[in-house]
Amino acid sequence: MQRLRKAKQPFTFYTRLHLQELTGQKTRDLKGLLKGIRELSGSVIYHHTHRFLQQHQFLSPEPPNDFAYWVAEVLGEHKLGEELASIDTIQFPSIRALREKLAQTIEGHIRYMEKTGQGQFRVSSVEEQFHFIKTISFVFPTPYVAHNLPEFVEIFKKVTINSIYFHVFEAKLRLEKGVNDFSYWIDTSCADLKLSKELAGLDPYTHTLEGLRTKIIDLIEARLEEVKKG
Amino acid sequence: MKLSDYEAVVGKNVIEELRSLAQRLSGKVVRNINSTAVGGGVAEILNRIIPLLNELGVCAHWDVIKGGERFFSVTKKFHNMLHGRDEELSPKEIELFLQTSIENLKTMDICADIIFIHDPQPIALIKNKPLFKKSKWLWRCHIDVSQPNPQIWDFLRPYIEQYDASVFSSPSFAQTLKVRQFLIPPSIDPLSDKNKELSGETIEDVLRKFGIVRDKPIIAQISRFDYLKDPLGVIDVYRLVKKYIDCQLVLAGGTATDDPESNKVLSEVTEKVKGDSDIHVLAIPAASDIEINALQRAADVILQKSVREGFALTVTEALWKAKPVVASAVGGIPLQIKHKYSGLLSRTIEGTAYWVKQLLNSPEYAKTLGESGREHIKQNFLLTRHLRDYLLLFLALYHKEDIVNI
Repeated sequence: MQRLRKAKQPFTFYTRLHLQELTGQKTRDLKGLLKGIRELSGSVIYHHTHRFLQQHQFLSPEPPNDFAYWVAEVLGEHKLGEELASIDTIQFPSIRALREKLAQTIEGHIRYMEKTGQGQFRVSSVEEQFHFIKTISFVFPTPYVAHNLPEFVEIFKKVTINSIYFHVFEAKLRLEKGVNDFSYWIDTSCADLKLSKELAGLDPYTHTLEGLRTKIIDLIEARLEEVKKG
Repeated sequence: MKLSDYEAVVGKNVIEELRSLAQRLSGKVVRNINSTAVGGGVAEILNRIIPLLNELGVCAHWDVIKGGERFFSVTKKFHNMLHGRDEELSPKEIELFLQTSIENLKTMDICADIIFIHDPQPIALIKNKPLFKKSKWLWRCHIDVSQPNPQIWDFLRPYIEQYDASVFSSPSFAQTLKVRQFLIPPSIDPLSDKNKELSGETIEDVLRKFGIVRDKPIIAQISRFDYLKDPLGVIDVYRLVKKYIDCQLVLAGGTATDDPESNKVLSEVTEKVKGDSDIHVLAIPAASDIEINALQRAADVILQKSVREGFALTVTEALWKAKPVVASAVGGIPLQIKHKYSGLLSRTIEGTAYWVKQLLNSPEYAKTLGESGREHIKQNFLLTRHLRDYLLLFLALYHKEDIVNI
């Protein structure tokens, strides 16, 4: 229990807020989509693979990325849509790696269509064309600092979902830290490898943000209880 | 209203986040300039957001340009042409527009850290940019410019490109421009008279005042009398529904001082509904927010059959009241309505009538749609989100990078 109560370093909760910037780039077909994915900035890839998590965070399940949704619902390419939707974002250490996977998946589909002559390249209506948007992130510290796990879990219950989002999604993928901030702190400052691994093992992309909050609280409280019982 | 009043709706931590963000802009002077102090969505949003910005420590001002009836006729033409209408600007009209802009520049104090111009009417104030070297200039477009008439766009573009950044309400309004373009959808104020909860008694009082009896389902379109809102088409929709379901129609709308065309549309509507006592055409003056709120809450189905739209705050208001909405898939409406999830999207008079019949005949389905719609608005289109986006926008003027540590 002592080990859980005293962290080597306190945990400062940060938050991030997003502003959407329009690139003015748009496309009505698959090849244009591929070109955009290949050429536009990483902030564009980040936006279209993470927007749903936030705007529809109260709702699950939802299409996990804009590319998959547009390809399936607008172009009617349901097989490719499913392939894009099932890309396991959590596996990728960086936006670059995620971009490559998205591009390869679309390229493979285009090659297959061209080689076999199966299907036809559809063009969307002007109203339903794909608009490339990028996310501008503003990151700043909140007043909340946890010095031990019990403090951490109490703060975690009240921080905004923006703060949770930053430490889970943005820190790992966009800032390329490799693991979410909570797992890192619990491992390195609280020396609780078991709990750290449990948190790192979560797939946050399959939860709503409030669902994720509940899941993490449950894990930590169960662990605190376990340690208390000795 | 105070920021703390919103805690009950959005949560304390959201308000704390706003305060924290605003500290980074403390003392900055932001001057908003538009063309009307009353009527229309822009004035409505500014009325709400300016006091909150000031409470947060950002020194926000709001000024209105002056212009006569002829000037506003020209800018109404701008508005229609930006929506894509096939009209032409004469050299005389352009001259009148520019002359009025110069007169405004002579009389207005526009000194500020950030000069925030709303819509095309005051756009030419940017001519004075060289006099304010330290100021940042923003142009906020509240209009659907997805397919603008090329003449008006070619005329406005050189002005827009002198600004430090531009802001649009929907991804489909994005243009090829030399300046940064941000996406900021507008919002509604959940605590305003137009959107706050009302008692059943208040709703009944308003209905009585307008001579409406709730003895049959109410279909309503609450929107300005404007060709672009297609009130005549709404009457056609009602008549198709009426063949099968005994219902009544409420067509209620305000007028704006910068829209001289609205009286003409209103008289055409009045002419078309003659002889049908189940159609209530209500010309509601500005500041009748409780009445509008009550009419929306009394409706069984709300329509927004616009031909073109900016964002369509009337849809936001209806969804916030958990009403089932059938609306055209134009402008910002698809951002608010995911078809069959948070409302219904239509493209024709017949299609709209089809969905209205479905909703009136399936009240449980209508209820589910309305509730999902309300949740979507709560998450994405309330005033606090708008305020946050504006604070971020102001900060973005001082940062070029995609990840900004503040």
